[in-house]
Amino acid sequence: MNKKIKIVVLAKQVPDTRHVGKDAMTPEGTVNRAALPAIFNPEDMNALEQALRIKDKTGNAEVLLLTMGPGRAADIIREGLFRGADGGVLLTDRKFAGADTLATSYAISQAVKKINPDLIIAGRQAIDGDTAQVGPQVAEKLNIPQVTYAEEILDITDEKLVIKRRLERGVETVSAPMPLLVTVHATAAPCRPRNAKQVMKYKSARTASEDALPETCYFLPLEGNDQLKIVEWGVNDIGGDENSFGSAGSPTKVKKVENIVFQAKEAKKLTASEEDIDSLIVELLTNHTIG
Amino acid sequence: MNNIIVFCETDNGKLCDVSLELLTKGRVLAETLNCDLEALLIGHNVANLSEELYQYGAKTVHLADDPRLEFFRTLPYAAITISLFKEEQPQIALFGATSIGRDLAPRVSSALHSGLTADCTSLEIGDHKDPKGNEWKNLLYQIRPAFGGNIIATIVNPEHRPQMATVREGVMKKEALATPVAGSVKAINVNNVLMDTDFVVEIIERQIEEKKIDIKNSQIIVAGGYGVGSKENFKLVFDLAKVLGAEVGASRAAVDAGFTDHERQIGQTGVTVRPKLFISVGISGQIQHTAGMDQSAMIISINNDPAAPIHQIADYSIIGDLNEVLPKMIASYKKHSK
Repeated sequence: MNKKIKIVVLAKQVPDTRHVGKDAMTPEGTVNRAALPAIFNPEDMNALEQALRIKDKTGNAEVLLLTMGPGRAADIIREGLFRGADGGVLLTDRKFAGADTLATSYAISQAVKKINPDLIIAGRQAIDGDTAQVGPQVAEKLNIPQVTYAEEILDITDEKLVIKRRLERGVETVSAPMPLLVTVHATAAPCRPRNAKQVMKYKSARTASEDALPETCYFLPLEGNDQLKIVEWGVNDIGGDENSFGSAGSPTKVKKVENIVFQAKEAKKLTASEEDIDSLIVELLTNHTIG
Repeated sequence: MNNIIVFCETDNGKLCDVSLELLTKGRVLAETLNCDLEALLIGHNVANLSEELYQYGAKTVHLADDPRLEFFRTLPYAAITISLFKEEQPQIALFGATSIGRDLAPRVSSALHSGLTADCTSLEIGDHKDPKGNEWKNLLYQIRPAFGGNIIATIVNPEHRPQMATVREGVMKKEALATPVAGSVKAINVNNVLMDTDFVVEIIERQIEEKKIDIKNSQIIVAGGYGVGSKENFKLVFDLAKVLGAEVGASRAAVDAGFTDHERQIGQTGVTVRPKLFISVGISGQIQHTAGMDQSAMIISINNDPAAPIHQIADYSIIGDLNEVLPKMIASYKKHSK
């Protein structure tokens, strides 16, 4: 690689829906976010790893994380820095609230335009929605090609990337030029662990908002320590059409939300005894459920 | 104009089940809305599939046939779809929630600024009133599980068209008409739509395997969960499936733990099944999983935890150790069958 490549990794902080407990829903049927740990979306971790591998391989790449969310989403940028990223941007603004995937992709695409990377790598989907929409929607808004479900970036040159994609029943290898957006599948390599040196370097990294909090008692002063700054952007920083952000820019509206309540059917309770199992099997055979 | 368009996917020269399922649902929606059902078919040498699309109620088949379109690539497929939707102004557009549909549909929705709801489990027509008092008639209710399946959300798309949704394979029923509709093909002139820059992504190699595991069409499924404990123990699940002539399924937790292949995963992030008999082994019954199997005609749950939610949807609950229960079931079946 002759040219230095700038990579943006799109990441999202999500409630850990994989470990939903009994207290995940309030009695009123709304989501009890406080009961769910906020984590770095798993496939975005796979995406970060692919970006870091490009950095390792070419020795000439810069990896920036971009996330949109509330102030506490800065946590995942720090997590990314600890694992080898070079910087991060937190998109946070009340005007982003209530965004569906389309309004989200609009905000992200505006921020990406400002960063102007060669390559954008994102997880295929986030576990809180499983929509897999934001990646392709951002690519369309940037008017660049997309390669979805990447399992491995096999090669990268100044001209193109060679990428192995994981499909439902097999794999496909494609080549694509930059600028390009890649979404990464869960079957890709897991992300490397935190690096002790990076943790030492970035443990005080924070956003300007965090720095302004009175209770913040960080070891190092932020002033003059540019590498510790997590960039924070709002609507005014990324420009664009005001009405395209947040709920105003979201064509989809939630009409109704229902909590899932299991409908109790009358179940026959059986034990593991031979008699119980025998009678069940005989019954299934008799009514031709099994042959 | 303002009809329903179903994006029809092909695989090895055949129409995919999910597309036929969407057409079947699309027919019902079109009847309610008193509009036509149409199909969009993109590929190479696929014109012969129109007859089958008529059998599923498509009155118009928009056909883009070109050697360059043999395999799905985002940019050319998106360009054709976006151009067609701009011209035809469909009120509803449906896509399979496949690796192709989930790549293409968001791209199209982004270009048209139309809302898209992923992985709908139900589609209905109904009215909507927003908090400001604005009313809309005959919107598409896009109903889907959200938040890891713990809630069911009804999404509407009041002001933008088309109202777009993706649906997973196996979620909707597939039913051909007794008499095909008198349909016709409307060819799309691809050269007017496609540019050289649409082909910058090149396919170097494809290794697509034949569908080996077909849990979706299996009448009996024995599914194992994390409670099975290990890959070795999962053999018991296979053993029971083998004697019953069943296919083996798994919960996400079992797949994530490496007990078995991803293709067997049942639930919100796997396949949806509705066999006549579903035997659940060591599965706790999280909604993410049960969303994919609770329509089974009969459910037998085997779990040593009496409080496991799976027992609540089961017709027969066996509270016991699967290491004990499964061999007994196999032995009992061998004894009593024939």
